[in-house]
Amino acid sequence: MSMVETGVARSPGPRPVGTARRPRERTSVGLALLAGTGLVFVVAPFVALLLGAPWGRLLGLAVSGPALEALWLSLRTATAATALCLVLGVPLAWALARTTLPCRGVVRSVVTVPMVLPPVVGGVALLALLGRRGLVGRHLDAWLGVSIPFTTGAVVIAEAFVAMPFLVLSVDGALRSADVSLERAAATLGASRWYVFRRVTLPLVGPGVVAGAVLCFARAMGEFGATVTFAGSLPGVTRTMPLAIYLAMESDPELAVALSLVLIVTSVAVLVALRSRWLRPSGGPS
Amino acid sequence: MAVGVALGALVLGITACSGPDGHERSEDGGELTVLAAASLTDVFAEIGDAFEAANPGVTVSFSFAGSAVLAQQVIAGAPADVLATASTATMDTAAAMTGPPEVFTTNTLEIAVPAGNPGGVTGLADLADPGLTVALCAEEVPCGAAAAAVLAGAGVTAAPDTYEQDVRAVLTKVILGEVDAGLVYRTDVASAGDDVEGIDVAGADVVRNDYWISVVTGTDEPDLARAFVEYVLAEPGQAVLAAAGFGSPESAGVDG
Repeated sequence: MSMVETGVARSPGPRPVGTARRPRERTSVGLALLAGTGLVFVVAPFVALLLGAPWGRLLGLAVSGPALEALWLSLRTATAATALCLVLGVPLAWALARTTLPCRGVVRSVVTVPMVLPPVVGGVALLALLGRRGLVGRHLDAWLGVSIPFTTGAVVIAEAFVAMPFLVLSVDGALRSADVSLERAAATLGASRWYVFRRVTLPLVGPGVVAGAVLCFARAMGEFGATVTFAGSLPGVTRTMPLAIYLAMESDPELAVALSLVLIVTSVAVLVALRSRWLRPSGGPS
Repeated sequence: MAVGVALGALVLGITACSGPDGHERSEDGGELTVLAAASLTDVFAEIGDAFEAANPGVTVSFSFAGSAVLAQQVIAGAPADVLATASTATMDTAAAMTGPPEVFTTNTLEIAVPAGNPGGVTGLADLADPGLTVALCAEEVPCGAAAAAVLAGAGVTAAPDTYEQDVRAVLTKVILGEVDAGLVYRTDVASAGDDVEGIDVAGADVVRNDYWISVVTGTDEPDLARAFVEYVLAEPGQAVLAAAGFGSPESAGVDG
């Protein structure tokens, strides 16, 4: 709070400077130091990766067939996983924030389990449910002849499983801090619950939904453990960029670095594009 | 039961990925960090226990992973004392950071199928059947290179559904029944017990994997590391390896 006030007080310029600012400034120097260290902590490994990159043959490695195949697969599956999370996650967040669900605290904790679970264990859990001998999977196999593991659909499911909590937490937070009086007003004017959700609630928490979707997409792009366990690794079908990168480490570490840079650049480009399109202060999805 | 075994294997895999911890030397014993190929998981754990029992105060910790990953870790300066890989190529990769390596055992491939053989697999030719779900090791890792050689030798073009990162990942998929067949080492089939059945591969013994072991250059414990290597090469270690189905080093294709 004090940081915000200091920043606001300083920027207009002509406003007279009070003596009370001094101790605040000292605090902000300490905070700035910590913030700078935090930034270095996040950025330094990336810089080291850039410095060690095989720039001479980077382009040749990055635009090779297998690399583009893996990148395209990653983009498609991460987009599908984000869509799946939006369709299922937004209503779930709404239920957590707006209804008097029994054991809401417990449900809220359970929803975040995929965040703390090692993704490989998530993959084992998905196999236990949807594998050929899984709780549900064995019936799919026996009755419909459908087998989910080792398909592109399995990649989407694995990514959505680990990415969903990011969306739910983000939208849940936005809903809980949003003003409910508008929804109540709409309801008293005779709007149905579904109508209020669609026309009042969603626009209210639009930025929260988009922020959650962005986190969700980023997590899906980087997903490795659940995918390799549940979906396997076949070029063009289930071998996403993180799997291709890990495999490249086996034979050609320079290729792994090149692929990592492609993944980073692509992900950052998508995230920046989403942010500038949807997260402007005035904007929001209609 | 099967899930438990698989979960255990995966957890081992996770700890292997995190790499070895730093050294903490005890007063009279010493701590040894051994990086070993995934297919050595069971036998080296047993040899390690025996080595600790024979050398009171000594602690041996293992990091099991794909041989190529281990070789990369050694090159990158991982604080390891001994490296054991499942192929000549991977040991060559780490040559700059190891002493002269020695062959300590050999292994050949076998088809692993889930208990009851639900896919009705009878031989290598079935791996080309698109109707069956098949797992192979990626060609970048030793078991995958061996699988490619065996398949090429038999004139079979396999139709795998997944290329796994190491041989234990293939075995896990078979144990869980998620695939109808996988090509793994003979020793992996033996280690999986009743969950997995093995089907001999004609001509598999032509493609033999030599396992190499070496002391890592710059180790804090050169004498202890040397003692461990010799323990593996000598009777106690060889007995454990033979009991698990590994071949003797004398059968190796290259002179160690």
